[in-house]
Amino acid sequence: MKPINFGASCPIPISQYPHVLMAHGGGGKLMHRLLEDVFGKAFSNSILDTRHDSAQFNFPAGKLAMTTDSYVVRPIFFPGGDIGSMAIHGTVNDLAMSGARPLYLTSAFIIEEGLPMETLWRVVCSMRVAAEKCGVQIVTGDTKVVDKGKGDGLFINTAGIGVIEHEQKILPQHVQPGDAVIVSGDLGRHGMAIMAVREGLQFESAIESDSAPVHEVVLDLLQAGIEIHCLRDLTRGGLASALNEIAEAAGVKIAVEQKAIPVREDVHAACEMLGLDPLHVANEGRFVAFIPAQDVDRALKIMERHEVAAGAALIGLVVGKSAPLVTIKSPLGASRILDMPSGEQLPRIC
Amino acid sequence: MKFLDEYRDGELAQKLAAEIHRVTTKSWTIMEVCGGQTHAIIKFGIDELLPKQITLIHGPGCPVCVTPLEVIDQALKIAARSEVVFTSFGDMLRVPGSTTDLLAVKALGGDVRIVYSPLDAVKLAVENPTREVVFFGVGFETTAPATAMAVFQAAQKGLKNFSMLISHVLVPPAIEALMSSPNCRVQGFLAAGHVCAVMGYEEYFPLAKKYHIPIVVTGFEPLDILHGILLTVQQLESGRAEVENQYARAVSRAGNLPAQDLIKKVFKIVPRKWRGIGEIPQSGLGLSAAYAVFDAAKKFKLADHRVEEPAECIAGLILQGLKKPHECPAFGTRCTPEHPFGATMVSSEGACAAYYRFRRHDAKELAGAK
Repeated sequence: MKPINFGASCPIPISQYPHVLMAHGGGGKLMHRLLEDVFGKAFSNSILDTRHDSAQFNFPAGKLAMTTDSYVVRPIFFPGGDIGSMAIHGTVNDLAMSGARPLYLTSAFIIEEGLPMETLWRVVCSMRVAAEKCGVQIVTGDTKVVDKGKGDGLFINTAGIGVIEHEQKILPQHVQPGDAVIVSGDLGRHGMAIMAVREGLQFESAIESDSAPVHEVVLDLLQAGIEIHCLRDLTRGGLASALNEIAEAAGVKIAVEQKAIPVREDVHAACEMLGLDPLHVANEGRFVAFIPAQDVDRALKIMERHEVAAGAALIGLVVGKSAPLVTIKSPLGASRILDMPSGEQLPRIC
Repeated sequence: MKFLDEYRDGELAQKLAAEIHRVTTKSWTIMEVCGGQTHAIIKFGIDELLPKQITLIHGPGCPVCVTPLEVIDQALKIAARSEVVFTSFGDMLRVPGSTTDLLAVKALGGDVRIVYSPLDAVKLAVENPTREVVFFGVGFETTAPATAMAVFQAAQKGLKNFSMLISHVLVPPAIEALMSSPNCRVQGFLAAGHVCAVMGYEEYFPLAKKYHIPIVVTGFEPLDILHGILLTVQQLESGRAEVENQYARAVSRAGNLPAQDLIKKVFKIVPRKWRGIGEIPQSGLGLSAAYAVFDAAKKFKLADHRVEEPAECIAGLILQGLKKPHECPAFGTRCTPEHPFGATMVSSEGACAAYYRFRRHDAKELAGAK
């Protein structure tokens, strides 16, 4: 992957400090320099630049949405993204699932002693690029350094605040019988991209993560007056977990059709090889939407205008109020339960 | 996906199912031996396409399920040792021993790693000369050649820090054990295609003859399984008891001869205990004398100890096809994939786990109807 570069190489001279040291989190000069030269330089904006203990800002009138998420991905850089861009996209997407316009983010770093300074810089640059693209500002943050062996290189936490400019109530409890279930694109790419790198699997071309912000798509749907009953991003546990969580919270039966669910051929092949189900695999730029059936065509047209949702598809329906249940119709026409994965996904023997 | 979607075609499946309906005039009980076939049958709902007269029984062909409790306990003891890197296929990690599982050993600091091939474990041993690398060699004839190759390579490299905990099992003795049981209801077998890709299918001829039972070597995709069932029913309806090969695109009569040679070189045939079934003579593979130095159970001096299965678990009856998972009172309530009583609930290929994941609404309806 090409390192993201916005004009300058790492501002902390490699010859001096090629790696992060405990002292970079110690509160003294080294830490001050790290904050100023790396984070301050990359994330600079008028709120952050006040360098106060907490960020102060005005906020537009209306309801707020707030969320937080921690990012622990290994490897830090993977085809299609890195821990930095993911930490921005993930939190932006969590806000988008309330139909909020994301505005401000915090970012906290837990760095393992010995992390190459250049790696930290690349990640920080990637966060800046992603934040700019999403139209959000990083307004406050924190840095801790932990002993070698006590972390996995780099952990990032981001929290975010967004403003809700619409009157709709986007919640699982508002899912209704008859609602259409739409996914915003092909599934399983992020999880399989990571798995392929971790396990050294070689495919004809690398599977790239789908990590991307989806808030513009959601805002466009709201703008067009589409009635959105619920949204959920399809991160860990994939589509299967999201649908089961919503069925549980709403007390409904959801029926989807295998043939309608978009999965790219290379992802399908990788899953078959490892004995995994793409519907259990994590995504970082995909969501599921519950909307009234009569809005489906209009919603799909709007989604298709965005690159990140170009592969959106209608995959099923909310059948009725019932004991929570998700079923999937096989290509052979028989229905079965689509369950949440039990614990971690483990590759099969044969 | 090429070479896969063709075998999942809904229209062709309906045509095969219609043909099975057409030729079926009596009630027949057929066992699919392999856990991979069980998984596909339940996942795709293949049994729902069949006539009511045909009963499918899910056989003992999930290697995770039949690995005995005492071997899992040995694995847990070895994996907990500080000098050991314990390597295993992924789905063995969640299998409960008497008290804990490999994932819990890992959480407490054991170096437990998932590998996709035993050869990766050999590589780890080369790269980590100060650590003891142990591979958990389980499986049927399908995975035996890779296990054998790993031992063979370790010997060639003169590795002193590599060993294997082996619990390999063989299909034909298990079929023999099932057929000789007085309770046996099975009238036809779908033999496991991948096992036969290695071993060929000549060893099934004596079984078909002795028990007058059709044995059809069958693949794993929906159309394979439906075709395998059709061939079995055609034999049953016409009173034939032959060995047939449905899975000709992967299986030849003689099988993979170099793989068989390697198995013969590294392993010897031994009696083996099957979880839930008990000991079956000549049903396992153990390291031959020339390679005994790679036996982890010996290396770590783990005495043979016997462990009792939880009394409530009916995995044994399920593995023999005498009960269906939802006939167990603990199914889906006290016994779930998160808290399994027995191994058929653990592995994704286990009959109980397959029913739990894909069918528990049916089980509830059945329970409600009683």
